[in-house]
Amino acid sequence: MDVLREFEQHNPRALARAISRAEAGRGGELVRALYAKAGRATTVGLTGPPGVGKSTLASALVRDARARGKRVGVVSVDPSSPFSHGALLGDRIRLAEHFTDDAVFIRSMASRGHLGGLAGATADAVLLMDAFGFDLVLIETVGVGQSEVAIAELAQTTIVALQPGSGDSIQVLKAGIMEIADIFVVNKADHPMADQLRREIRSMMEMQHWSGWVPELVATQALEGKGIDELVAAIERHALYLNETGELERRRRDAFTHQVRQLALGRMERRLDRALEAQPRNGLDPYEAADRIVTELGLDG
Amino acid sequence: MADRPLRIVIAKAGLDGHDRGAKVIARALRDAGMEVIYTGLFQTPEQIVQTAIQEDADGIGLSILSGAHMTLFPLVVEQLRSQDASDIVFFGGGTIPAEDARRLKELGVREIFTPGAPLQEIIDFVERECGKRRALAS
Ligand code: B12
Ligand SMILES: Nc1nc2c(ncn2[C@@H]2O[C@H](COP(=O)(O)OP(=O)(O)OP(=O)(O)O)[C@@H](O)[C@H]2O)c(=O)[nH]1
Ligand SMILES: [Mg+2]
Repeated sequence: MDVLREFEQHNPRALARAISRAEAGRGGELVRALYAKAGRATTVGLTGPPGVGKSTLASALVRDARARGKRVGVVSVDPSSPFSHGALLGDRIRLAEHFTDDAVFIRSMASRGHLGGLAGATADAVLLMDAFGFDLVLIETVGVGQSEVAIAELAQTTIVALQPGSGDSIQVLKAGIMEIADIFVVNKADHPMADQLRREIRSMMEMQHWSGWVPELVATQALEGKGIDELVAAIERHALYLNETGELERRRRDAFTHQVRQLALGRMERRLDRALEAQPRNGLDPYEAADRIVTELGLDG
Repeated sequence: MADRPLRIVIAKAGLDGHDRGAKVIARALRDAGMEVIYTGLFQTPEQIVQTAIQEDADGIGLSILSGAHMTLFPLVVEQLRSQDASDIVFFGGGTIPAEDARRLKELGVREIFTPGAPLQEIIDFVERECGKRRALAS
């Protein structure tokens, strides 16, 4: 299959193949060819601890966007096993109602050892969906613990979902995921402790100094579709804010810089590894060894 | 060695609620280093094939213990054909009598595994057949 030609003719199999190439580290050529077509899509990230309802929220957001005639791409990341390198990708189960809608494209990605809550090729997958013509791209991270904040570098709007009655959610609040939330969602608002969690989030927010956008707090019952209108309204208010303040451009630049940095870093790391392997430098102290190798590779300064 | 893991869709179709076998297979393939996309229960052949296309899957494994295998397996074969996706390796398992399994294989199902089938045999089959397809595709 000539992936690029078929991609441009809107064949979904070509999009699927293109993402696979990016996952295999062979996406450069396609991204170069398609880069100019991207930049139109709205990107929304969904993060939060395991089982809070990220996929169910994604499904509800897809339903809403489809009702407005928007085309939607979804990227869902699940962890790879560090032992077998295999993965069980189950986020799709919650999105079954959209499987045969040809204006919806869902892709599950395994993290493949990448840290931060996303896979190494997630940014490329989002870019490819954008270039393919989706108006909205939703990105679901792995169920995060405490330090997986990569989503904020990628999505225009980051939703942090939490659930009542769970220690995980409190842990997430304490650990600084606060800072990446544009919108907090208290999902499973049917739970008796939902109000308590809302109060807890409010009180955590009061300890923070906010300049510019102050995160909104929305209660949802994703399974029932309750609160989704409010969530969509909050996403739209945030988009408006990003546009009006020029923050959108700043985020785009940051995301661009971030990806360039990741790509360049990957190549430098491989050079470094080769150099270290070729000449282990035993006998030197580690600082001296590092000084020398950095100088040899022309990376000092 | 491929530059990325094999990707396999494990699916349950129709009104069949027996998901133990499908989950056992999904876990076994994961532990053998594959990326397994599980569709969940009650999928239509169209949903299963669309999933495999979007996920760029190398294979589809369908599990049926409801007795509806002679309807559902051929419908998936048909969907794959109409979507120009017959290169995806299609196999399955469940409570399927030997005579039915033989006829399904004639229709284009690559292999059928029945209760008691050793997991290693299934893993070997998937690695071999989906690996071959991968080599042709890339
Ligand atoms: C456990 C069980 C149940 C459990 C299911 C629990 C669950 N969540 O899975 C419960 C109690 C809920 C149940 C309910 C019913 N059951 Co029941 N159940 C069984 C039983 C005893 C074992 C199935 C099982 O889990 N085996 C263990 C797993 C690991 O094995 P397996 O699924 O066969 O998988 C192996 C292979 O088949 C193969 N394989 C299977 N799938 C796949 C997929 C791929 C890709 C591959 C490669 C291989 C593969 O590899 C696996 C490993 O070797 C079977 C009898 C039997 N001996 O099979 C009846 C059986 C399947 N049930 C049957 C029936 C009739 C029912 C009910 C309709 C009963 C009723 N009247 O209410 C309901 C229907 C429920 C529904 N919604 O579908 C019949 C089906 C008859 C038919 N095929 O025509 C059976 C065969 C019993 C019988 N002899 O009558 N059942
Ligand atoms: N009671 C209740 N249950 C919900 C609600 N939303 C989702 N669930 C259930 O919560 C469970 C987990 O939902 P998912 O959407 O899979 O959660 P997730 O965050 O994507 O999970 P991971 O991807 O595994 O981290 C499922 O059983 C859902 O049906 C809700 O509003 N109320
Ligand atoms: Mg999920």
